[in-house]
Amino acid sequence: MYQTKKWLPYAYVLPSLLILLLIVAYPLGYGFNLSFTNMSLNTFFNPKYIGFENYKTIFANGELLSIFWRTIVWTVVNVFFHVTIGLWLALMLNRKLPGKNIFRVLLMIPWAIPQYIAVLTWRGMYDFQYGAVNIILNKIGIEPIAWLTNSQWTFIGAIIVNIWLGFPFMMMVILAGLQSIPNELYESADIDGASGWQRLKNITLPMLKPIITPMVVLGTVWTFNMVNVIIILVQNTANEKTHILVTQVYRSAFTYFRYGYAAAFSVVIFILLALFSNSFIKASKGEEGVY
Amino acid sequence: MKLESFEKRDSLLKVIAIYAVLVLMCVVTVYPMLNVLSIALRPGSRLFRSTLEIIPPDATLENFKRVFTELSYLTWLKNSLIVGVWTTMVGVLVSAFAGYAFSRYKFAGKRHIMTGFLLTQIFPAPMLLLPTYILLTRFKLMNSYIGLIIPYLAAAIPFCAWTAKGFFDSIPFSLEESAYIDGAGPMKTFFKIIMPLSIPALGVISLFAFTTAWNEYIIARAILTKKDLITLPVGLVNLMGQFNTHWGVYSASAILTSIPVMIFFMLMSKFMVSGLTLGGVKG
Repeated sequence: MYQTKKWLPYAYVLPSLLILLLIVAYPLGYGFNLSFTNMSLNTFFNPKYIGFENYKTIFANGELLSIFWRTIVWTVVNVFFHVTIGLWLALMLNRKLPGKNIFRVLLMIPWAIPQYIAVLTWRGMYDFQYGAVNIILNKIGIEPIAWLTNSQWTFIGAIIVNIWLGFPFMMMVILAGLQSIPNELYESADIDGASGWQRLKNITLPMLKPIITPMVVLGTVWTFNMVNVIIILVQNTANEKTHILVTQVYRSAFTYFRYGYAAAFSVVIFILLALFSNSFIKASKGEEGVY
Repeated sequence: MKLESFEKRDSLLKVIAIYAVLVLMCVVTVYPMLNVLSIALRPGSRLFRSTLEIIPPDATLENFKRVFTELSYLTWLKNSLIVGVWTTMVGVLVSAFAGYAFSRYKFAGKRHIMTGFLLTQIFPAPMLLLPTYILLTRFKLMNSYIGLIIPYLAAAIPFCAWTAKGFFDSIPFSLEESAYIDGAGPMKTFFKIIMPLSIPALGVISLFAFTTAWNEYIIARAILTKKDLITLPVGLVNLMGQFNTHWGVYSASAILTSIPVMIFFMLMSKFMVSGLTLGGVKG
């Protein structure tokens, strides 16, 4: 570290900062303002302030509550399976095992593939008559499922796709964490005659905690904010009851052009996120050393 | 197989069980791509079939040919490349600057700015997209590359800047010091000493910035409506909307679009993980 001119570091940070302020901070303020107007496609150039009307519509409409619960289910189920499947596979790949590098590369595919292509591909596989999923179900004697026309099944299908997309990342991160646990800990556990379960519970999991905690927070935010899966899966179908909070905003704005309403909905989401971001900041406190 | 190549404590049964689980999970992760491949290889007249075979007996490359003759695939590709290359060039440059400041200087507000960079990641895209969309409309930047590049930059910069910082931390300061003693200014030192030493890290953040742009659908769909400006993701999703007529061509273009990115991605994955664990790596 050294000091030359006081303004120099700010000059270095400035371009990035300007771009982020332009695309994040400014829209946040603008959107807040927008949420009190009746802007839509018809009133695009002459919107009027209508006070809390949009918020009243949102809360009067029982839809918010059901979308909220659906979002919670979506987030909790996805993150739970991302972490447990990721952990489970990472533990297996962290052993002495011939050929494990091949497994690691193949297991990584869902992370490497462009997300929209993965979702489109699953959409094809969910086709009622010609999709691979129903063909496989049929082979093991299960009735075909209306994956793309029944809202409930579309939602379950979306969760399956998103679990598929998300566990490889957790696997890779946890694997990196496992490799940083010093071997001596296990050696002394062996001398004490610890069982496999005891080693996992008393050494592996506590040592992984500093890595897993921020990843769970990050994973929760990513899952909560995941638009691609549901939007692409329900596109051009009549499914209404598949949406989560963020896809509902996207749909209100870009399918129904209800800009004021969508902005108000965003503010509601923002408040939820602000509550959650507390724990985000707390979790990143673990990184203090890097500043 | 030699027994020493496994964990000492594992019984044969356990080893078999582990392999079985891993093979099963690999089938789950690999199968969708094989399914696309199989559909891409089917002749157009026999697209719809209830079979699970991967290579159909009447396999043909007809669909791959149709990608280039019947679709505007090359236009989409060109648009995606323009947006991707600009996002990468500008994104890497400004993130490297920011990361350098984070790594080498102490300045008031540094912690807040660094945390602020991370916090931008918690906002859902649709929430920021609507005001951005309205602004772009007002400034007549809809249907322009720049209207897409700026949001992509904002998506890529936080990760890139943090990764760059982590890497710069590992470069000893003495190298710059000697440059300063020789009379080089800060800019010269940055471009002549720091940047050449950081090529691996710059590779990772370039790839990240590029794939951010290359794989993005949600923003592109809202901002690009003109047919000759759309990028690959928008083009491919539209194709799939016409499921009945275009399943085969879609599959062929999906393969062409994703394979190169996937290969790069896998080569870089180790570095991506270290970058994402936020400076957990030192070196």
